[in-house]
Amino acid sequence: MKRLRLLVVGVGGQGILLFSRILGEAALAAGLPIVMSEVHGMAQRGGVVETNIVLGGIRSPLISEGEADLLVGLEPVETLRALPRARKDTVILSSTDPVIPQIVKDGLAQYPDLSEALNRLRENFEKVYLFSAEKLAKEAGTSRAANVVTLGALAGTGILEIPDELWVESIRRAVKPKYLEANLRAFELGRAITAN
Amino acid sequence: MHPIAAAGPGERLLLLGNEAIVRGALEGGVQVAAAYPGTPSSEIGNLLFQIQRDLPGLYFEFSTNEKVAMEVAAAAAASGLRSLTCMKHVGLNVAADTLMTLAYIGVKAGMVIITADDPSCHSSQNEQDNRYYAKLSGLPMLEPATPDEARQMTAYALELSERLEIPVLLRTTTRVSHARAVVETGEIRDYSRKTVGRFEKDLRRWIPVPAVARVRHQILLEKIKEATVLADRSSFNRLLGKGEFGLLTSGVAVNYVLDAVEELGLENQVRVLSLGFTYPWPTGLLAEFLKSVKTCLVVEELEPFLEEAARMVAQEREIKVTVLGKATGHLPRYHEFYPAQVKKALASALDVELKASPRPDLSWVPDLPLRPPTLCPGCPHRETYQVIKAVLEELGEIPRTIYPTDIGCYTLGLLPPLQMADYLICMGSSVGSACGFSVATDQRIVSFIGDSTFFHAGLSPLVNAVYNQHRFTLVIMDNDTTAMTGHQPVPSQELRWPGLEDKPRIDIEQVVKALGVKNVVTINPYQKKEAKELVRPILERDELAVIIAKAPCILYRARVAKK
Repeated sequence: MKRLRLLVVGVGGQGILLFSRILGEAALAAGLPIVMSEVHGMAQRGGVVETNIVLGGIRSPLISEGEADLLVGLEPVETLRALPRARKDTVILSSTDPVIPQIVKDGLAQYPDLSEALNRLRENFEKVYLFSAEKLAKEAGTSRAANVVTLGALAGTGILEIPDELWVESIRRAVKPKYLEANLRAFELGRAITAN
Repeated sequence: MHPIAAAGPGERLLLLGNEAIVRGALEGGVQVAAAYPGTPSSEIGNLLFQIQRDLPGLYFEFSTNEKVAMEVAAAAAASGLRSLTCMKHVGLNVAADTLMTLAYIGVKAGMVIITADDPSCHSSQNEQDNRYYAKLSGLPMLEPATPDEARQMTAYALELSERLEIPVLLRTTTRVSHARAVVETGEIRDYSRKTVGRFEKDLRRWIPVPAVARVRHQILLEKIKEATVLADRSSFNRLLGKGEFGLLTSGVAVNYVLDAVEELGLENQVRVLSLGFTYPWPTGLLAEFLKSVKTCLVVEELEPFLEEAARMVAQEREIKVTVLGKATGHLPRYHEFYPAQVKKALASALDVELKASPRPDLSWVPDLPLRPPTLCPGCPHRETYQVIKAVLEELGEIPRTIYPTDIGCYTLGLLPPLQMADYLICMGSSVGSACGFSVATDQRIVSFIGDSTFFHAGLSPLVNAVYNQHRFTLVIMDNDTTAMTGHQPVPSQELRWPGLEDKPRIDIEQVVKALGVKNVVTINPYQKKEAKELVRPILERDELAVIIAKAPCILYRARVAKK
C-alpha cells in the first residue's frame, strides 16, 4: 500500500487506545506495515490524547505539521487543535460531540461556538465528514461505542485497504462478548457515513 | 497465560516497545527482575508482574525504589541467575550509587539495566540524557530504534553482559518505549521450574575495599576495550548507502533519518551510519565511516553524545571531515525531535529544496480551551488538600504557609483553586526540603508526599527531621497504591491485587511513630468535619508532625473490584 499518515485525536476516556488497538490488529492481519505511537502516563482522564499511526513502510512514529493524510477526531475541539498537522487535501473525519474541559466547567475558559467553526472546517478542507458518533452509538445500543462508530467511518472511506472481515475479526477480539453485538452495529453505522 | 509469554517462536505480534522488551527478556532467559515504576518504563514492570504468576522460573518484584531494585538484580546476577531491572531516566539517579561500583565488581550471569529516557519531559521533571551514565560508569549501552530491536537487544544485552561479566545498559526513549509495531518472536527459555542460584565467595571480587577497587577499575577499563571491538562489529551498527555526505544517528532518530532520506530522494547521495550499540563508542567503525565522507551531520536527540565521539575520532585519527550537528546549530540540544525537523535539517545541510504542500488558512480557528491534567473527580487527594487548607484558613496561617510537594498525582495540587504546591525537585524532596525551609525561614511549612514516594525516598529525611529537630507538617497522602504510574503495589496497602494477599503489611502510622515522630494523626479525608477536628490541634502548633490522609485511589478501587 502507499505511504499513509493517520492522526487520531481525542480526550482521555474516549477509548482512543481501543480504537488504535482494533485498527492495529486489523492492519497486522491484512499484512500492512504499521507503526503507531501512543500517549501513556500523564494522559489522565480528561486530558488531550492522540495516537500517531503510519502505514506503508513509514518508520517514524510521529506526524509533524502538514503531514497527516488522514485526521480522525473523536472530539471536535481536538480536531480543530490538530489542524496544523493537516493539509488542504487531508481527509478529515470528526465526531461533533463536545467533551467539555474541566477548566470550562470551572469558568476559566470558554468552549468555542462549534457550528461556526465546523462550517469553516468544511469550507477550508476538501474532504470533511462530520457526524455525531454518540448519537449513532446510542442507536447501536451503547453510547460507549462512539469510538467504534468513528472507526467504522474510517473503514468506510476504504483508504486503509483493510478488508471488511478483518475489521470485524479485530473488533471481535478486542471487545468483551457482552458488548460485541452493539459494537458491530456501531461499526456498521459508522461505515455507512463514508461508504458509498 | 499472558499472550506475550504464550506466543511461540516466529509469531508476528503488534507490541509496544516496553512489551517487546519483556518478550526479549523472556527470550534471553531472565530469571530475576525487580523495578520501581516510572513513566515511560512502567509497562515493563507491570507486564513482568502479571507474567510471573504463570511462570515458575521467573521472579519479579516491585522494589521500594530503583536503588533497591538494582541491588536485587545485581545480587541475583552475582549468584548466577540472569536478571533485569528497569526504571525511568531519573530513577537511574537514585540507583547511580549502586551502578557506579557495580560496574567494578560486575556480575556472573547476564544483567540488563533498562533506562527509559523522556525527551520533552512528557511525564518527567527533567530530560537528562542517560547515555552519559554509560560513559560515566564504563558500562556498554544498547539503544533500540524500534520495538523489534528492543526485543532483540534485550536478549542480546543479557548475552553480552554474561560474556563481559558486567551489566549492560539498554536505553530507550518515550517514542521507542511507547511505539507499537510488529515484532517477530524468538524462542522463550524454559520457565517451567524455579532455578536456585549460588553465590560463590570471592573477597577480591565482591568487596571493593580500596585495594580491590583499584584493581577492579583496571579490569573494567580492559572490558571497555573488549566491548569496543564488539561494538565495531555489532550487527546493530549498520552502514547504509553511498555518498560523500554522511549521516550519523541512533535511537528513534534512525527512523526520522531513514524516512527523510527516502522522502527527499537522497538514497544515492548519503551514507548513513545507524548505531544501536552506542557505548563504548565504536571508534573503529566511526573512523571508517568518517573517512568515507566529506561532511557528516549527526542526528541524535538531546546531548551531542555521538557528535563528541565523531569529533574525537576525527581529531585522534586526523580525518578531514566537517561535523555538523548541535555545535553548528543544525539541530537543538533540547526536546524530542519531530520527523519534519530532521527532514529540514537534512535539506538545509545538503542544500536540497524542501517541497512544502499547500497549507490551509487556519486564521479562522477560534481560541481552543486547553485540557491540562487534573485530579480525577472524586479523587481523595483533593479532599485532603481542602481539609488542610480550611484549617489553615481558620487559623489565619495561609499567608505564611509554603507547600513543598513531591512526585505523584498530588503534584497537581499546584493548580487553581488549590494552589498548594510551591517547591519540588525529585522523589522525596518534600521531606528533605522541608528540613531546609525550617532552618532557613520562619514560614510555616506543610509538605505533601504520597505513600509510594514515602517508602521510596521519604523515610531517611524524616529520620533527619526528628533527629535535627526540624519543624514542619508532613502530610502523607496514602491512597493505597502507586497511582500515577498505573496502580502498582505499595508495602502499606490494604486493598490488593490478586496474588498479593499473603504479603505482610507495613503500616505507615506505626513506621512514622517508630521513627520518633511524636505528633501523628490519621484522617479519612472524605469525613471533612472529623478530619478538620483531628488536624486542627496539629496545625495550631508549629512543630514536627505527620498527618496520614488515608483513602484509596478511586480508579484503583474500581480496577481491583473488577478483578
